[in-house]
Amino acid sequence: MLNTPSAPTKSKISVKNLNFYYGKFHALKGINMEIPEKRVTAFIGPSGCGKSTLLRIFNRMFELYPEQRAEGQIILDGENLLTSKEDVALLRAKVGMVFQKPTPFPMSIYDNIAFGVKLFENLNSTDMEERVEWALRKSALWTEVKDKLHQSGSSLSGGQQQRLCIARGIAIKPEVLLLDEPCSALDPISTAKVEELIVELKNDYTVVIVTHNMQQAARCSDYTAYMYLGDLVEFGPTEQMFFKPTRKETEDYITGRFG
Amino acid sequence: MSATATLAKTRAARFAQRKAMNYVATGLALAAMAFGLVWLFWILWETFRLGIGGMNMATLTQMTPPPNETGGLANAIYGSFLMVMLATFVGTPIGIMAGIYLAEFDSKSWLASTIRFVNDILLSAPSIVVGLFVYSVVVSRFKTFSGYAGILALALIVIPVVIRTTENMLQLVPAGLREAAYALGAPKWKVILSITLKSARAGVITGVLLAVARIAGETAPLLFTALSNQFWTSSLSEPMASLPVTIFKFAMSPYENWQQLAWAGVFLITLAVLGLNILARVLTRTKA
Repeated sequence: MLNTPSAPTKSKISVKNLNFYYGKFHALKGINMEIPEKRVTAFIGPSGCGKSTLLRIFNRMFELYPEQRAEGQIILDGENLLTSKEDVALLRAKVGMVFQKPTPFPMSIYDNIAFGVKLFENLNSTDMEERVEWALRKSALWTEVKDKLHQSGSSLSGGQQQRLCIARGIAIKPEVLLLDEPCSALDPISTAKVEELIVELKNDYTVVIVTHNMQQAARCSDYTAYMYLGDLVEFGPTEQMFFKPTRKETEDYITGRFG
Repeated sequence: MSATATLAKTRAARFAQRKAMNYVATGLALAAMAFGLVWLFWILWETFRLGIGGMNMATLTQMTPPPNETGGLANAIYGSFLMVMLATFVGTPIGIMAGIYLAEFDSKSWLASTIRFVNDILLSAPSIVVGLFVYSVVVSRFKTFSGYAGILALALIVIPVVIRTTENMLQLVPAGLREAAYALGAPKWKVILSITLKSARAGVITGVLLAVARIAGETAPLLFTALSNQFWTSSLSEPMASLPVTIFKFAMSPYENWQQLAWAGVFLITLAVLGLNILARVLTRTKA
């Protein structure tokens, strides 16, 4: 069931000597890594190790909170996004994010998806309908909602809501999709659907997923990063990480002797 | 065996004690509730009993009469309706925008804490203070009581209520929802208007309705501002009749027809406030 990364791919995001602080607390310590393009990269590690923190730097989400601060470089398409003059909205159009808890907006299913698209594109209603359908098909939700597009997004089940959030994220056609524990609030069937979707998505997107579930990382990622207390302990192809990790700590965590 | 028996015995004894305690506590709570409700229902009943007699077409269509002549409350009803509506139109946008500022833009600064503190003072300020304030800055300057002054006084009561409820309701919106909207690249104003304010909509509207209910029955701020008017007027620059002030004047009088009309007015206001509260309830329930 493990995915073997085919040929080595070029990197989409390069993290160089990244440090991150919550006020005085040093949460990420000198992280260096290359996130490969059109592959699924999983961040694993015990709670508080900094995996979500790292993910939230890629779209500069942390900037909503003035006491949080990042130092170092994150190179996306040749430019350091931390110091880029480009508006953060344009970065977020390129780097989408799906959160742990499903967060449908207080509007219809259709408008949930159209909301983001309208921010960046002027589509006529036919094109918009096509885009909404495309996003819903892509996130494997279309058949379940096609007859109730104008019902409220919160009328859906938790698993459907999460796929709606994924549809919303891909509708604006990002290049990178960040998933922050997208299945932790879902039942096993919904989880399976979302996981299938993640594997599907890597044909078009660079996917980075934070997960607490080791099997999930093994099932759907090509590369895995193990983090502990703000350090990147080991990073490599998922198969290697799970079968012959080079570091003892990684092996202990993955085999359940620790964490 | 005997150990288990002893345990069972202690258990039964403790349980009986807890059960008795439970009855006592429930009884006290019920008594307290009954005490509160009795007064409320008594008020409603008296209002109904004494007010219903004065309720007829003339009450709704005719002007306030001189003593011992027939008439109605039409000018007072119209005046109240007009002033309450305009005060709400003036006060609501200001209150909502200030509430948005406190919740979304600047929630932790010293300026926001100061505004919150001052707003709480305004919220609990006796309404007669507001009435006298508007009297001294508007009425005494323009040398006339007017509908405008009444609207200003009522709006000053609406604003702090709406600020408070808007801020509280916006703070209840989960941070995750805001983050999700920002993650799509939405600008702040768009997040606030389309996402945050929209999810808090029912609560914010409820706050406005409760503010309306509050000013509908206010007498003190109108007594020094709009005063009253025995005749129909649509001009806001003249003194204007209102239900609470008319009730105040008529109920204090020795004339029987005035007293009857005062009770009819009380009945009307109570009905309106009850309706607004029920509407507010319905709105918050459909949200959840």
